[in-house]
Amino acid sequence: MLTSILALSALALVFGLILGFAAIRFKIEGDPLVEQIDAQLPQTQCGQCGFPGCRPYAEAIAAEEAEINQCPPGGEATIHALADLLDLEPLPLNPDNGAESAKTVAFIDEQTCIGCTLCIQACPVDAILGAAKQMHTIIESECTGCDLCLPPCPVDCIEMIEIKKDMLTWKWPYPQKPVPDSRPEASV
Amino acid sequence: MSSCSTPKKLWDFHGGIHPEQNKLQSTMEPSARARMPAKLILPLHQHIGAAAEPIVEVGERVFKGQKIASADGYVSASVHAPTSGKVIDIAEYPIPHPSGLNALSIVIETDGHDEWIEYRPEQDYTETNPSRLRNIIREAGIVGLGGAGFPSFIKLNPGSQKKIKTLILNGVECEPYITCDDMLMREDPQSIIAGALIMRHALQAEESVIAIEDNKPEAYESVCKAAEGIDGLRVVLVPTRYPQGSEKQLIQVITGKEVPSNGLALSIGVVCHNVSTAAAIYRAIHLGQPLVSRLITITGAAVKRPRNLEVLFGTPIEELLQQCDVASDQIERLVMGGPMMGFALHDTSLPVIKTTNCIIAATHKELGLEQPVMPCIRCGACADVCPVKLLPQQLYWHSRAKEFDKAQEYDLFDCIECGCCSYVCPSNIPLVQFYRFAKGAIWTQEQELKKSDQARERHEFRQMRIEREKREREAKRAKKRAPRAKRTATAKAPSVDGAKMAEKMRDEAMSQRDSAVDARKAEIQAAVARVQAKKKSAAPKTEKAAPITPAPSDVPAKSDVDKKNDSPAASDNHEQVQ
Repeated sequence: MLTSILALSALALVFGLILGFAAIRFKIEGDPLVEQIDAQLPQTQCGQCGFPGCRPYAEAIAAEEAEINQCPPGGEATIHALADLLDLEPLPLNPDNGAESAKTVAFIDEQTCIGCTLCIQACPVDAILGAAKQMHTIIESECTGCDLCLPPCPVDCIEMIEIKKDMLTWKWPYPQKPVPDSRPEASV
Repeated sequence: MSSCSTPKKLWDFHGGIHPEQNKLQSTMEPSARARMPAKLILPLHQHIGAAAEPIVEVGERVFKGQKIASADGYVSASVHAPTSGKVIDIAEYPIPHPSGLNALSIVIETDGHDEWIEYRPEQDYTETNPSRLRNIIREAGIVGLGGAGFPSFIKLNPGSQKKIKTLILNGVECEPYITCDDMLMREDPQSIIAGALIMRHALQAEESVIAIEDNKPEAYESVCKAAEGIDGLRVVLVPTRYPQGSEKQLIQVITGKEVPSNGLALSIGVVCHNVSTAAAIYRAIHLGQPLVSRLITITGAAVKRPRNLEVLFGTPIEELLQQCDVASDQIERLVMGGPMMGFALHDTSLPVIKTTNCIIAATHKELGLEQPVMPCIRCGACADVCPVKLLPQQLYWHSRAKEFDKAQEYDLFDCIECGCCSYVCPSNIPLVQFYRFAKGAIWTQEQELKKSDQARERHEFRQMRIEREKREREAKRAKKRAPRAKRTATAKAPSVDGAKMAEKMRDEAMSQRDSAVDARKAEIQAAVARVQAKKKSAAPKTEKAAPITPAPSDVPAKSDVDKKNDSPAASDNHEQVQ
């Protein structure tokens, strides 16, 4: 009787110590879920979701303060990825946040640009090059197409250009001829 | 001893099929040179890699063989004028590509003189170092003429470490209908052999093998005869089977070695080139002529006179169809490349490019009735014929469901898109189309992920920078505040109340010097004195200037200084932001 109590207490103590040690040693800093959600977002930092950037939106989703269907640049693919990650039902994109559109990049009409630097301050990814009273230009490879540089421009010299498909970016489409399933789907 | 008589063991590869050959039609008559068209349309992207950059201008007169577009980057190929004439346009034109997209092209109006630019052949290639040879081949715009169009000079670079054991010259031409390599081997084996020797020299390869399928006995005979007496060069007859002409499968048959997944043939000491590429390399080195034309098979049931033509790049397909007496009304489908791996064209005005080896004008009868697509019955016929030993059925399910990670687990990227699985599928499922789609989608996803990672990094860096700038500004302001507080107070005090203050200050200074205590103590004293002075000076000021100046308050000196200090700081701030 006594031996068994002692043995169990000893075991409990040992495991308690191990668990206690593990809790300190393997403590996870921050919320890993936020990182995972953030990794699924397109990082345009456009704010169309109503949050100031992709990470704040990821934090809001993790805290269950936002739905997963508020990201128009990510579109359906992002919604599905988030639904998979969080084990939720995929929702259609919320029209209040905007519609999914073709990918674009900003283009500055350098003749009209007055060098006010307002767009530079607005760009979330530092994709605009220029200085005060100097012509500005977009670093195309860095532009996320977020549209944030459009409103501050006092002379409306920025326009969004759709990214054209060329031979290098073209990909084979989904086969057009549908292959029937092995049996018709059961009606509900 | 003939190099053909050397028996050597051949290995085998998994699967494969034996489709209807349909090669006889186009080998009935010798190849001929196609008529010179009035206009040549030369796309700048005729190869794998980056498009070439145009180096001529509209209106410029060009000679045959003149470089008109320069390779842009390492994996790229130059484009040369196929004949003499005038550049009449540099703009986007439709290109022969499955996408049906337009791409930048140079249009040349031919003048009919076919006048060569001055060219200089290499005197003796065996004296030339391999790096220079590669450079000449690169300058000549030579790409793999088997169909893929990979710049050839890259595949002639063995790297610093690798020892090349085997150079394989691919004369297999396993796809039905295509006979351009066959005709070249029959008619001009010397060029191929000469090209092979140059390649062997460039690669310093131990042995060279020319592989020909046994459905081309004439080509085999002819090449054997030309190769007679050359040491270390074997001509091998391989049993006909599709897709033996695929690089990886041919290497397996000849050497018994398998190219590793995600690896290059180079990694197992083998390099494989097409026989037409060898002939083009011969012309570039021995004659100094860049790649401006090639043999193309024009065949199909709608063609009354199917044959091989030597065609200048940029020639519109319709011109070729005319020269082979095509019944245009009978064309049901126009295919570029072979029936297994080629793609349909929607316009006969498209030009031929470096990778065009065959044009098939197929009739309705030839194609047969289009079979309806039916559900997969899991028969496994696709797995039996897959030359890479993949599981096409699994790949199909996952690609179809867009489960790309699972498709990759089944080695989607080892698929060579040969089409054997689709060929044998009893349900007529366009399997390869699904794999192509899945591959493209995965590449797009990877690119997007890379781009979003880059954007995240830049965004986070920007936020960090803004934060840092803010901190620095604050630190600067704090730093400015301290000395300026002193200065403004001392400067202000005498100006407000002239002599009295000055006296006081002088007294103070004297007392400071006299006492000569530590600086700290003096500072405190000075500060106290200043505050007193301020209070005194504030009092008379109110009486005098009450109506104009704002009501004086009992503000301590510091806050006054603060205000003064704040405005320049704020403007600093403004400038910085701007």
